[in-house]
Amino acid sequence: MINVLREMLSYPFLVRALTVGLLVALCASLLGVSLVLKRFSMIGDGLSHVGFGALAIASVVGIAPLYLAIPVCIAASFLLLRMSESTRIKGDAAIAMLSAGALAIGIMVVSMTTGMNTDVYNYMFGSILSLSAADATLSIMLSSVVLVLFVLFYPRLFAVTFDETFSRATGIPTRVYNAALATLASVTVVLGMRMMGALLISSLIIFPVLTAMRIGKRYLSVTLLSAAVAVAGFILGMVVSYVYEAPSGASIVCVNIVLFLLFAVAGAIRNAVTKK
Amino acid sequence: MSLIQVNNAAFRYDGKEVVSELNFKVERCDYLCIVGENGSGKSTLVKGLLGLKTPHSGEITFGEGLTARQIGYLPQQKESQRDFPASVQEVVLSGTLNSLGFRPFYTRAQRSNALAQIERVGMSQHKNAAFRELSGGQQQRALLARALAATQKLLILDEPIASLDPVAAADMYHLIEEINKHHGVTVIMVSHDPHAAAHEAGKVLHLEHRQLFYGSAADYRKSEIGKRFLGGESR
Repeated sequence: MINVLREMLSYPFLVRALTVGLLVALCASLLGVSLVLKRFSMIGDGLSHVGFGALAIASVVGIAPLYLAIPVCIAASFLLLRMSESTRIKGDAAIAMLSAGALAIGIMVVSMTTGMNTDVYNYMFGSILSLSAADATLSIMLSSVVLVLFVLFYPRLFAVTFDETFSRATGIPTRVYNAALATLASVTVVLGMRMMGALLISSLIIFPVLTAMRIGKRYLSVTLLSAAVAVAGFILGMVVSYVYEAPSGASIVCVNIVLFLLFAVAGAIRNAVTKK
Repeated sequence: MSLIQVNNAAFRYDGKEVVSELNFKVERCDYLCIVGENGSGKSTLVKGLLGLKTPHSGEITFGEGLTARQIGYLPQQKESQRDFPASVQEVVLSGTLNSLGFRPFYTRAQRSNALAQIERVGMSQHKNAAFRELSGGQQQRALLARALAATQKLLILDEPIASLDPVAAADMYHLIEEINKHHGVTVIMVSHDPHAAAHEAGKVLHLEHRQLFYGSAADYRKSEIGKRFLGGESR
């Protein structure tokens, strides 16, 4: 394992991918705590599909993909937030509609112009090779900003996650923090999408939290555990991907499934022991 | 001047009048119970008092330096809170968020305030316990502590005993009374149970899309409407 890692680190492009991936996995798992507990998991999924549409269009028009996808995803996240708050339209159905729509538009644009090439394939299923040096620098900067903001907003995010009505009643501008959460999530999804693929990126948001919740009982412990699970899952997944020459996104998700099952068993055993 | 004065207020939802002709006052140290059946406009009025909904006509004025920010609130419990991973301390501490200002993290004063409120509702031995593993009554106590951590002026309790067994409900009523009488916190309790209104609170506001009764609990027990809803019981 150590030897494989050392070998991987001897390739500059892999070092780049590992750095970006680690930061993005960390961001996704931290934001995921709020998103999952607020019942916003589907928003992460919706965002990735919108992101795919935006990336596809950007690659056809010839704009740097991140510059188009990030603003489009932020705009979409506000829309998704409004949809899930609205009681009149069914929130989950609206999100499903938007994500399928964005995916379809992306595919149409690509197939009518360049055709389904490896670029598009990479956006769907992820590839670590698609990361240029300039992209990597931007990704590292943006994900560091997301991490810093997460830490600075931690008490506020807890409050709006646990009980939005109470927070609003006591004068907390919950809409601002919801918007902040959506913005941070959008940036994270777009950054992680090319490594994980549009179809798998939401797993980085959802899996670590759910895994951490099998064992953690306090918010802080779930948050820290979720970050640890995400980092471990990412590194192990990359090793698996390297050794078996499998796509990185799918490898990471598979490792996360195993971690989830291990934690679930551990949690069940602990509950059984404490009940006695 | 009263803490809250409501003059001829009316609320609408989607253009339809939900509750109207509201005229009442809340004085400092009052214990007011807003009673009425489901859908009678209680929750809408609470939203109005909390500043989450503006009245369509009439007005709500706050006196004695009270602002909407200084109202502690005990909401009805949501399904999503049942499996929420958080300790009692984390939950109560989040009540002090409105005094955080521009600082990113809680101060020592806020932490000790949270601990004091946990002590006040008798939950000190559970301060590190997981919220989701507490009994219904303990969860309500923790949420009451959070409301107290937010403010000492006014508490609005929305159906505080709705999901509690009789013993836990009696405990909760006792605790509310103590906070009102001994600590001088003004309490507005929402309930669908007229008996609770008549026997726990000092003042009663009975709603049924409009104001059917407003006055002291003693008068409520003697009134036509009170007798009707209390089922002929007279004490």
